Amino acid sequence: MDRHELSRLFKDFLPGEAVIDHPVSLKAYECDGLSAYKQQPLLVVLPQTITQVQACVSLCSEYQIPIVSRGAGTSLSGGALPHAQGIVLSLAKMNRILDIDEYNRTATVEPGVRNLAISQAVEHLGLYYAPDPSSQIACSIGGNVAENAGGVHCLKYGLTVHNILELKVVTIDGELITIGSKALANPGYDLLALMVGSEGMLGIIVEVTVKLLPQPETAKVLMGVFDSVEQAGDAVAAIIADGIIPAGIEMMDNPAIRAAEDFVHANYPVDAQAILLCELDGTEQEVSVLCQRVKSILNQRGANETRLAKNEAERALFWSGRKAAFPAVGRISPDYYCIDGTIPRKTLGPVLNEINRLSEQYQLRVANVFHAGDGNLHPLILYDSSIPGQLEQTEELGSKILQLCIEVGGTVTGEHGVGVEKLGEMCIQFNEEERNQFHRLREAFDPDKLLNPGKAIPTLARCAEHNAMHVHKGEVPFPELDRF
Amino acid sequence: MDNNAERSLVEQVLKSISDKRAINIVGGDSKSFYGRTPCGNVLDVSKHAGVVNYEPSELVITARAGTHINEIEKLLAENQQMLGFEPAFCNQYSTLGGVIAAGLSGPRTASSGAVRDFILGVKIINGYGQVLRFGGQVMKNVAGFDHSRLMVGSLGTLGVLLEVSMRVMPIPETEMTVSFEHEDANNAIEFFNKLAAKPWPLSASAWLQGQSKIRLSGTENGVVETIKNIGGEQDDNADQFWIDLKNHDLQQFKQTDFIQRVSMPSAAELSTNPAEQVIEWNGGQRWYFDQDDVKQFQSQVELGNASLTQFRGGDRNAEVFSKLDPVSMRLHQNIKNAFDPDRILNPGRMYKDL
Ligand SMILES: Cc1cc2nc3c(=O)[nH]c(=O)nc-3n(C[C@H](O)[C@H](O)[C@H](O)COP(=O)(O)OP(=O)(O)OC[C@H]3O[C@@H](n4cnc5c(N)ncnc54)[C@H](O)[C@@H]3O)c2cc1C
Repeated sequence: MDRHELSRLFKDFLPGEAVIDHPVSLKAYECDGLSAYKQQPLLVVLPQTITQVQACVSLCSEYQIPIVSRGAGTSLSGGALPHAQGIVLSLAKMNRILDIDEYNRTATVEPGVRNLAISQAVEHLGLYYAPDPSSQIACSIGGNVAENAGGVHCLKYGLTVHNILELKVVTIDGELITIGSKALANPGYDLLALMVGSEGMLGIIVEVTVKLLPQPETAKVLMGVFDSVEQAGDAVAAIIADGIIPAGIEMMDNPAIRAAEDFVHANYPVDAQAILLCELDGTEQEVSVLCQRVKSILNQRGANETRLAKNEAERALFWSGRKAAFPAVGRISPDYYCIDGTIPRKTLGPVLNEINRLSEQYQLRVANVFHAGDGNLHPLILYDSSIPGQLEQTEELGSKILQLCIEVGGTVTGEHGVGVEKLGEMCIQFNEEERNQFHRLREAFDPDKLLNPGKAIPTLARCAEHNAMHVHKGEVPFPELDRF
Repeated sequence: MDNNAERSLVEQVLKSISDKRAINIVGGDSKSFYGRTPCGNVLDVSKHAGVVNYEPSELVITARAGTHINEIEKLLAENQQMLGFEPAFCNQYSTLGGVIAAGLSGPRTASSGAVRDFILGVKIINGYGQVLRFGGQVMKNVAGFDHSRLMVGSLGTLGVLLEVSMRVMPIPETEMTVSFEHEDANNAIEFFNKLAAKPWPLSASAWLQGQSKIRLSGTENGVVETIKNIGGEQDDNADQFWIDLKNHDLQQFKQTDFIQRVSMPSAAELSTNPAEQVIEWNGGQRWYFDQDDVKQFQSQVELGNASLTQFRGGDRNAEVFSKLDPVSMRLHQNIKNAFDPDRILNPGRMYKDL
């Protein structure tokens, strides 16, 4: 169907301004946070009610038009990349907070509500919504659910999947279902867990009920300064082995420290090979004891220096460098590419050494920020897309790093999702029977495969192509690495 | 002794597929009371046992499904760690696979999470007789649909669990329990939910027979300070109480063979106050022993705000879990079909039509 005909069909039930069909206006939607991939959709529609979403989906179902849901478009994996023959269904206008249930400690919101807006709306009650992706001022709760977003506090407080109670979802047939409830145990299969992280492929999320937690009485941050990333990694293991679960524990390597320091002037030690930021929260009494214990562990594990943020302002300053790590790297390089592998923490040293070796081999600089508590590594590859061939080189290096993550027993994506970006690596992480199980599950929800087609789970053909390109028979990747 | 029975299990599943005969998956047989009446040939998973990998500093354990849960808990305890969801309804024979498939969590659920919150990866045999791995041994993993969590509570209807990876938790430095008198259960529910909104280290709550109990876990000074704030009478024999509560070994549970569970938003008030009831999870999980006592929840169940489980006893050939709406039921059937098109694996154990 052509653009104008389809546009007319949508305008039958949507106000004119809720249907975007002009190529100039469509430009704003041609990519998400992974701007290396661009595609114009046929149309963008911006429904404002659940009934309108149902009507949009029914129409697409009838005419077999692909649907790409979109929240704030901050995905780093191309999850919200449009489909050339499809529509983008933007949930951005559904951005009202519907209910705050103080007694059950829940908030019910529309999918377009920004992550941070939830915590702001309940702050006066002493409550907050725990998952805090660095993009939290911009990203939507619907997108968080679709990607199972994490943040710096997920070691202690969990990912999106641990903090969502109920969803309202529009199925591909245009039907509205409720998944989960405000109760902690629900009958039937755990469809809630299935929806979380499903990258817009199982249904359209139109309402979200989240858990709210009491704001901790106090939070303190310690910085540990190290001569090597291995030492810093050992210190993390030692803290956890001591029975402490920090609210957050983050590591940055030297290139990341320098970039962040240049940008926010957090007084980071620019000669250090690694810094650890360890946040402890809880009651005053608890935190004071834990700070002492962590400080002595950091010292025992060879920290040159430990700093305790003296007050709230200094705590915010310590974090500012970490939170701004991506844009900081963006300032020192025309482009950067963010990788999202997770590894067993004990493999950190060898993995970083191998990343350094690859970085030299490809002549591309890499800065590493690391959710050290849960093993989620974000190497940022610095490149310049205006140099012909450099994006391809970068992608190849990124793919090597992800294969390394699989090799050491990890995964290709900890929190950013597969999207269009990691389809090739999915062929390595999962065998054909496993991928087919994913496809059958998807068809259980969407037999015609209209929801976000081409994302997350690679087809057989795609993997055949990938394997022909990348895998040489009988050859073990990274033979120089110990097997863990 | 070789405790790897994977090949034999796969062969048995394949044989059942070709014979078109149902399988009744059994671990330690400690939860045969739960769900609808089992049918089919027994597939004994208990021989497939052993811890495959455990690194305390990674906070992850991987074990075969037939491993006894108390063996896992013992190993963890030797390293000052534990299963954060406090596996419920277990005896010495209970296996890891059964704990995951039944998905029943203990008193810590409202503060630390349920079984599903701790699972990281699974290896299963699906209804095609294929061995598949999903998830992994790392804490954060969003590659592919979350089939690991899907297995939790699916009562073996989607796959035979072979291996499970779970996140573990450190054993708190100190645990203390304090008791309060609350004649009316509604007062207890209000009290629990007010406490839960405070930044204090609560790890369990329960009300029965006019008495509320609150457990606190954390550093010693944090726990002691909290008790100064909330008061109550210190209960020095509470450890056994929490174990008996999660395994239904308290008198209230033992004197009957008919038990119903109500699961609802924790702060929801009771309209009538049955003489016999046990409340936990700040009010999120409530137990009843008489058909009449749960009538007050019927309208909430119909609205989908609460669910009712015929937990133990009664007619187990009828449906025992709350009815799903037609669209959800259709999705459930499609999912069953995606894993087990011949309906070989525990058919009818959860719902008649699954
Ligand atoms: C600077 C920066 C920092 C970041 N930091 C983090 C971080 O710390 N942790 C982290 O996890 N992520 C991070 N991200 C990634 C991104 O912000 C998250 O993935 C976020 O959850 C995406 O939300 P969104 O609303 O922008 O979704 P979009 O980008 O619009 O969409 C993401 C996916 O969700 C689907 N989707 C969106 N809304 C719906 C809906 N209502 N129903 C069904 N499907 C839907 C889309 O189809 C797409 O597949 C970061 C991104 C940036 C740019």
